[in-house]
Order: sequence, then C-alpha cells, then structure tokens
Amino acid sequence: MDFELTSEQVALAELVRAIVAGRFGLERLRRHEGTPNVVEPDDWAALGEAGVFSLTLPEADGGVGLGLADAAVVFTELGRGLVPGPLVASHQAGALTGVADLAGAADGTTVVGSIRRPGPGAGDPPLVMVEHLESLDALVVVDPAGLALVDPGALDADDATRPLDPLTPMARVRALPPGEPIADAEGAATWVRDEQILTGALCAGIAAATCDLAVNYAKGRQQFGRPIGSFQAIKHLCADMLVRAEVARAAVEAAAVTVDQPEVGDPLRAAAGGALLAAEAAVANAESCIQVHGGMGFTWEVPVHLYLMRARVLASSLGPAPQLAAEVAARY
Amino acid sequence: MDLRYSPAEEQFRTGLRAWLADLLPTLGPKPDPDDWPGRRAYDTAWQRLLAEAGYAGVDWPVEGGGRGASPVEQLIYLEELERAHTPYVGVNFVGLLHAGPTIVAEGTPEQRARYLPPILRGDEVWCQGFSEPDAGSDLASLRTTAVRDGDDYVVNGSKIWTSHAEVADFCELLVRTGPHETKHRGISWLIMPMDAPGIEIRPLRTIAGSTEFAELFLDGVRVPVANRVGEENDGWRVTMVTLSFERGTAFVGELLQSMELLHSLRQVNARRVADGGPDLTVAVGRLGAELDALWALTRRNVSQAARTGVPGIGGSVFKLAFSELRQRLGELGTELAGRAALVWDELDGLPVSASAGGPGNGVLVDTWVNGFSRTIAAGTSQIQRNIVAERILGLPKG
Repeated sequence: MDFELTSEQVALAELVRAIVAGRFGLERLRRHEGTPNVVEPDDWAALGEAGVFSLTLPEADGGVGLGLADAAVVFTELGRGLVPGPLVASHQAGALTGVADLAGAADGTTVVGSIRRPGPGAGDPPLVMVEHLESLDALVVVDPAGLALVDPGALDADDATRPLDPLTPMARVRALPPGEPIADAEGAATWVRDEQILTGALCAGIAAATCDLAVNYAKGRQQFGRPIGSFQAIKHLCADMLVRAEVARAAVEAAAVTVDQPEVGDPLRAAAGGALLAAEAAVANAESCIQVHGGMGFTWEVPVHLYLMRARVLASSLGPAPQLAAEVAARY
Repeated sequence: MDLRYSPAEEQFRTGLRAWLADLLPTLGPKPDPDDWPGRRAYDTAWQRLLAEAGYAGVDWPVEGGGRGASPVEQLIYLEELERAHTPYVGVNFVGLLHAGPTIVAEGTPEQRARYLPPILRGDEVWCQGFSEPDAGSDLASLRTTAVRDGDDYVVNGSKIWTSHAEVADFCELLVRTGPHETKHRGISWLIMPMDAPGIEIRPLRTIAGSTEFAELFLDGVRVPVANRVGEENDGWRVTMVTLSFERGTAFVGELLQSMELLHSLRQVNARRVADGGPDLTVAVGRLGAELDALWALTRRNVSQAARTGVPGIGGSVFKLAFSELRQRLGELGTELAGRAALVWDELDGLPVSASAGGPGNGVLVDTWVNGFSRTIAAGTSQIQRNIVAERILGLPKG
C-alpha cells in the first residue's frame, strides 16, 4: 500500500503542467472570452497528441495504456490550468473504440461533448444547455438506460451571448433527439462513474489552484503595514481552503485507484463521493479566493472569477449534489 | 498510487485477525466507566495479553522493546483492533503513545531499562502533566516551577487535563526550570512518581459526566534529577521529538468507528422513512463521502510517513476535517434519535434502540456531547488553522 503519487505520476503531472503553461496560458485563453468557439482544433489535437484523450485506452488500440488514477493526475493539472473544452467527454469517447463517429476522439481530431438527458423536474419542454456546442464534432447523450450519439450540427439551438464562464460557451438546445444508441445501461454507468472521477479531478485542480492564488496574494498584499496573510482571519480562510483541496484530492484519487483496483473498495460509492466533495471544494475555494483578493477579486481583470465560474459549470455537469450524496448513502 | 497490501502485510493482518478471533471471546465484561481501579485492571490486563502475543508497542522501535512495525503495519494493526471491537488502549494511552516513545528517543539507557518494559507489559500506568490552568493553547507559557535542591527538583504548581491521574504510577511532567521569560527555552521534562508526597489530585467532571480528567496540585513535590529526560531547559524539544512518532494513525480507530456508526444510522433512517418519517439520506451520504475521503487521506498520510520516516503535513489537515466531521455525525445521530436524545439512558422500542440493531440513543447522545472535545483537545481547531497556515502554507506569523 502506497497511496502517494509514483515517480511516473509526478513526471506525468509535470509534463501536463508544461503543456498547459506553453499552450494554454491564461492570457492567451482569455482572448477567446465570450466567443462561441473557445476550443481551437490545433490545441485539441495537441492535447490528443500528448495522449490526454487516450490515457486509459489500451496500447493495442493506440492508447497510452494507463490507469484511471494516472488520468486523474492529468485531469487535476488540466483543472488547475483552467484548460477549457469538453475534456472529460472527449476522453470518455476515446475509450469507445467501436463507434466510427468517435474514432478521432482519442487523438484529438474529433471534439466530443456530452449532455445528460434531462430527468424529471427539468421543465416541459426540458431545459437542455450544451457546452461548447459550436466546437463539437459529436455529442454523446448520457441516459441511465444507455448512451446515444447525436449530430451537434443538426440541433436546433441558440448560443447564449453571456455564458457564466466566459470560457465555456453555452447553447440552449430546443429539442434533444433520441440519437443513435452506442452503449447500453452498463456502458452508461461506466461513463458516469469515470465522468464523476475525471470531473472531480478537474475540480480538485481548481480547488488547489485557488488555494495557491489566495495564499500568494495574502503573502504579498500589505494593509495596516503588514501582509494580510499575517492576520488570523485570512489565515483561517486559507487553512480551510487547503483542507478542502487536500480532502477532495484524496477522495478523487482514491476513487480512481478503486476503479483500477476494484478489490480495494466500491468504485461507484467512491466516485460519487469524490465528485461531491471535489465540486464543493472547487466552488467554496474559488469563493474564498475572491474574498481574500478583496476588491480586486471582484474585477473582471483579475482572473479569480474564471475559476469560480468554471467550478460552477463542472459542478453542474455532475448533476445535483443531493443526488450524488444519495448515491453514496445507497452504497454505505 | 496503490491501495493494495503486499503479501507480507496481508500475512500480518491474517495472523493478527486469527489471534483476536481466538482471544476476544475469553475476555471478561468491561468495568463501569467510573470504576477507575476496575478500568485500570481491565485495560492493563488487555495490554499484558498484547505483550505476550508480541503486539505491544507495535509502532515502537525494536531497540525500545517494540515490534518496529512499518507505518502500514501500524495502520493494519489499528484497523483490525477496531474492526474486532477489542478493548481500547484506555489507561495505557499516555505510556504507550507519549511518555514511552519520548523515553525511547530521549531517555538514558537506565531510564529506558527502568520505564519501558513495564509500559509495554501493562504493569505501570502513566498520566500527562502538560497543560495548566493558564497554559492551554499557549503551552510554552507554563508556570509550574522546578528548583534544584541537591539531587532533587522541588516542584510547585498545578496541572490540568491530566487523564487517569487517579490510577497512574508516573506522570510525564513539563516544568519551568528557567526564568519565565524564556518561554519554550526554559522547560524541562520530568518523570514524576505519583506516590510522591505533595501531590493532590482533584477529579474534573466533563460535560459528558465522565471523570477521566483530573487537576493536579503540586506542593513541594521532590523529583530526583535523575528522572529528567533530556537536558535541563531542553524539555520543549524533547516533547516535540515525540510528535515525530506520529505517523498519521492517531484517529484510525475513531474514524472506522464513525464509519460503522454512520452505516447503522443509514439503517435507522431507512426504518424511519419506511414508517413515513422524514428522510435524511442526503445528510447520511454527505457524511459518508467525507468519512471515505478521510480514510483515503489517512492512507495518504501513512504512505507519506512510510516513505519519508517523518509524519507528513497531513496530520493537522486531517484533524481539522475529522474533528468537525465528528461533530456533524453527532448532530445527525441526535437528530435521528429525536426526543430520545434528551436522555443518556438507553431506551427500548425505538428505531435507534440497540435492540432494533441501532446504535442506541445513549451512544448517539454520547457521540454528540463528546464531539465538543474534539475541536479543543490536542490543539484547538483555531490553533490547528494557524499551524496549517504558517507551517504548510507559509503565511507570515502575526
């Protein structure tokens, strides 16, 4: 038993960090703010070439052949870097090797998004909000009964002019067709489980990044003749941020390891629990990060709000938090 | 990241499990909580059984008489004991987890030979004289003085939160041997025999009605200089050294007990929902996710200790999260118990009754009330947040 990152996993994280720093610097990303096409095909292909969408695909199928734990390490770094786009859906699609329309997902030549088919209580007609619709080559509709494939270009949709996260364009889809079935209920359950874990990893990355941002700001910002980080009121906010970030990361990584090593626990319980905590940690830490930044945290210029809005988008993609909690309870 | 245990670790688990399965049915009934001589006899008898089977001081180094187990084996050991519902470490706590490891690390050969074997065998019981009425979170401001007089120190002052003082043979005592202004640089670590003249013990009753704590009043107590562990005025460092024995396993038993409690609360909730009552499933699931996460964090901290030999930064992070979680577990339990949570007496005929497979309302009340100590004892949550902010995050001291 050694629940620390292996040296390979540390190297993997550093590699992804370097890619993020080189290609996805926040200043460059922000040029896309508010446009319907945030995902650039070149960037996506670069991620694909780095193996981001084929991490868990066996080497025999052209993938990297790693475990979900390694994927969680990668996605934590992508979350930390606020890399936009349907990262999780494209990674999941990369594993569905039998579906011709998804063949380019693994190498990043096809951008694949996903949407949960609305359940009860979503209105009549139900509200369907799809992320990055203009950039998508394929859209996977996730339903407990199975997965279906929809042509995103054929959808009757309106782009929102002001998405909450300026780097996650949103489109309202008027009607979601049944689509072409590509996986049964078991496939859908696996999709949701791994989506919970990898989205949780993105959230864990945001929780860590916002903790770092707040701590750095608190060390430098002077008021009353001393760094604001010397005040207990600020220290305790930051300490709580670290606790949330570390607990969330441990939960998500344990869930990923449990998928790779099912003899050590219940992967479904771990996945739902990790997603629940990581999404909450991301939102709560981003909120605290704004508070620590004071007035500057409320400006558009300072990028802290981008983390909060991304956290909200990711949390929303996981479904209602009480539902995740109920999934944990059902298996406790 | 690997959560599987090695064949050697599994073998250690299997051996321990088999031993416990044979032994536990032969143990006598637990004594009354307020019967301290009875509790001492029960707890030390358990320690003797552990010692005879080679499970005493599992985490102590071999040269100290321990088993020298790895942090992972220590985790397995604590996990198996909790799952088997063995007796708790009880009155042996200070000796096994604090005073003993301190003497292992800092004691003279004579001190090790004199004091360690009786701790491991359960022959002698220790208590802790650290906190004072005016030195709690600010422990280094302690005022109990020790003045040299020939081969003795003469000790005057008072101590508080001294667990098991009434039945202890020795006290690990922090005293001021330097001027008060020296703070942590003027403290020494002494072994005080509890039968020395001049010690008055006054039991302290907690809000849970329990009596494990006491106040000590020390009036001219003579402690031989030979009983000092470490150099004079170096007692603060000696105390801190002990912390390096902590491998992230301090709360393993209580964490697993919490998971078991939540499992039964889930069933209590299901029975209540079946009866048409309100549904607290979401609260159960939220706590379940957090407990699972802290179990993962425990294994991370143990892994860090195994790799580096020193405790990771995770201890304070874990304690902050777990102490507050434990309080919310207490709140959920008493919420489910309803008006049965207004009495400590175990009631029957309720969904929470032990007879219905529940934890029992008295246990739930106890969990809730004792929860308040969790964010205070061993470093308040406020102090823990300062530690996390300054030592881990590197924020400047205020």
